[in-house]
Amino acid sequence: MWDYTDKVMDHFRNPRNVGAIENPDGKATVGSLACGDALTFMFKLGADGKIVEAKFQTFGCASAVASSSALTEMVIGKTVEEAEQITNRQIAEYLGGLPDQKMHCSVMGREALEAAIHNYRTGEEAVVQVHEEIVCTCFGVSREEIERITRENHLHTVEEVTNFCKAGGGCGMCVDAIREIVDEVNHTQAAAPLPSPEKKLTVLQKIKLIERTLEEQVRPILRKDGGDVELVDVDGNTVTIAFRGMCSGCRSAALTRDNVIATALHEFVDPAIVVVSE
Amino acid sequence: MKTVYLDNNATTQPAPEVIEAMMPYFTERWGNPSSMHAFGGNVARDVAHARESLADFIHAERPEEIIIEGCATEADNHALFGITAAWDRPGTIITSRVEHPAILGPCLRLRELGHTVVEIGVDGEGNLDMAAYEEALANAQGPKLVSIMWANNETGVIFPMYDIATKAKAAGAIVHTDAVQAAGKIELDVSNVPVDLLSIAGHKMHAPKGIGMLYVRRGTRLKPFTIGGHQERGRRGGTENVPYIVGFAKACELAKASHAAGDDRRMAALRDKLEAGLLATCPDSRVNGNRLQRVPNTLNISFEYIEGESVLYHLSDFGICASSGSACAAGSLEPSHVIRAMGVPFTAVHGSIRFSLSRYTTEEEIDYVLQHCPEVVAKMRAMSPFVKH
Repeated sequence: MWDYTDKVMDHFRNPRNVGAIENPDGKATVGSLACGDALTFMFKLGADGKIVEAKFQTFGCASAVASSSALTEMVIGKTVEEAEQITNRQIAEYLGGLPDQKMHCSVMGREALEAAIHNYRTGEEAVVQVHEEIVCTCFGVSREEIERITRENHLHTVEEVTNFCKAGGGCGMCVDAIREIVDEVNHTQAAAPLPSPEKKLTVLQKIKLIERTLEEQVRPILRKDGGDVELVDVDGNTVTIAFRGMCSGCRSAALTRDNVIATALHEFVDPAIVVVSE
Repeated sequence: MKTVYLDNNATTQPAPEVIEAMMPYFTERWGNPSSMHAFGGNVARDVAHARESLADFIHAERPEEIIIEGCATEADNHALFGITAAWDRPGTIITSRVEHPAILGPCLRLRELGHTVVEIGVDGEGNLDMAAYEEALANAQGPKLVSIMWANNETGVIFPMYDIATKAKAAGAIVHTDAVQAAGKIELDVSNVPVDLLSIAGHKMHAPKGIGMLYVRRGTRLKPFTIGGHQERGRRGGTENVPYIVGFAKACELAKASHAAGDDRRMAALRDKLEAGLLATCPDSRVNGNRLQRVPNTLNISFEYIEGESVLYHLSDFGICASSGSACAAGSLEPSHVIRAMGVPFTAVHGSIRFSLSRYTTEEEIDYVLQHCPEVVAKMRAMSPFVKH
């Protein structure tokens, strides 16, 4: 059996907001019977412009049902603009995590949300644009989709891409093409010059720059040893981090913090930064 | 909560008599059969008796034709690599598209090694395409090996093994069959069906996991797979797994007695009751596989417009154990190769559920499934975007 969290099983056994809304403001169906999972998602806005009702119908496995159910809970009470910011990762996190091979269920939730918002704004039925280049024909995944999922979830391998959006999981003909896309995305991200911190950064800019520095300068080093780092807090010039994976509990973690993380943040963000562990 | 175990094609409950027969070989009779003292020699005698039971189970002429293996996957690997390794040039392996991975995996490797592999398809009911099979036999180049399963693990469909083997022999091919899902369910008789090699697993017929056997007809050239000591006449080195061999033999004796007592017919009647009940209470469902050519314990049914993993998790909440050919349930992205090879429509592929009974299955258990399964199906359908509400 899959190692589902209690929250996944709860949302699977007692799904919230199953059904349909009469005259919804936005509605979309993504996935298909052939793919093995599909989701119809719809929402209604209240007078204050916030989503008052969200409903779903899902054909899929336990984690697909749970992801759909979670999505409806997450969007209710949000404006369309706020709801639009929800990522597949947040859906997975809301459920306490999903097995790697099931991340595509959270992606399906995000796709349905995006398509329903598109439907709300334009009245168009589907968002799949005909000019999109389909890379994985087995599961109908486009180049743009693979690029976005790779970027947003910091993916580095074809296997990870397959876990997140199924691309490459069928006949396998597109595996090389996916590898090229993944390499391209990672290369572009690494090559893009970091903004020079001459101008005074706003708090948000600073946090984003710290995140980006961690992602591009630090994580590739830690990942070689199966480790990871998470940004916990930024308070003035004090940056709190937490080690994850193989790094947590590693005796060299403090050295890594001072030599790798602090150095990178001094160089790319602000020389006055002090890095502390959680 | 009660457990209703209807996943016997995955593994079976070890019979209490089997465990009882095995116990002395852990506690008292733990000698090495190869030893030159009576303490080990007595154990060698017990292994010899066990081998006779194994041979008798499939009507093999001699006990020496039985090689004990660690599992059926090992037996299948031994058969495919052992036969082809004895060839002096690349040959042709004819198999089916619905084989177990224990056959399809080695076939992939054999193709890399330069052999030609031909996979024969099946029709919508899971029957082997015999015309394509005969054509493949006629066109095969070099030495030939046929490896076709006796009964399918997912649908229970029985292939016409007598016909398959007879035609193969006439074409000069060696014939292997993976009989794992047929053993203990239908009669296996190598004195009548001219197969050269046959694999079975203990744990599918009420012996524990970790024991299998390969029948090799006398005169068949087979290279050893595990090279070591003289055990199994040099064809599989390694000290004999005595308790499991004795247990496996006991399981074979029990299966024979069970067959004689009419358990197969009783099992088939219960399976048919389950099938009729589910078809009657769950609209838009269909049976996968030829209903007239099936092992008596297996029912593969598709509930359209819903997904198998979800059904299994809900059934599991009622203590009901079954399995599915859905992609998600298999931990892969593609649904079962068997169901797809049959050309089952996509509406039904992902919702295929396999119930497999054993001789221990009771009518009360079948009634319990009939009581709960329809509500699970209805619940899943109520949230499916493909059902018109």
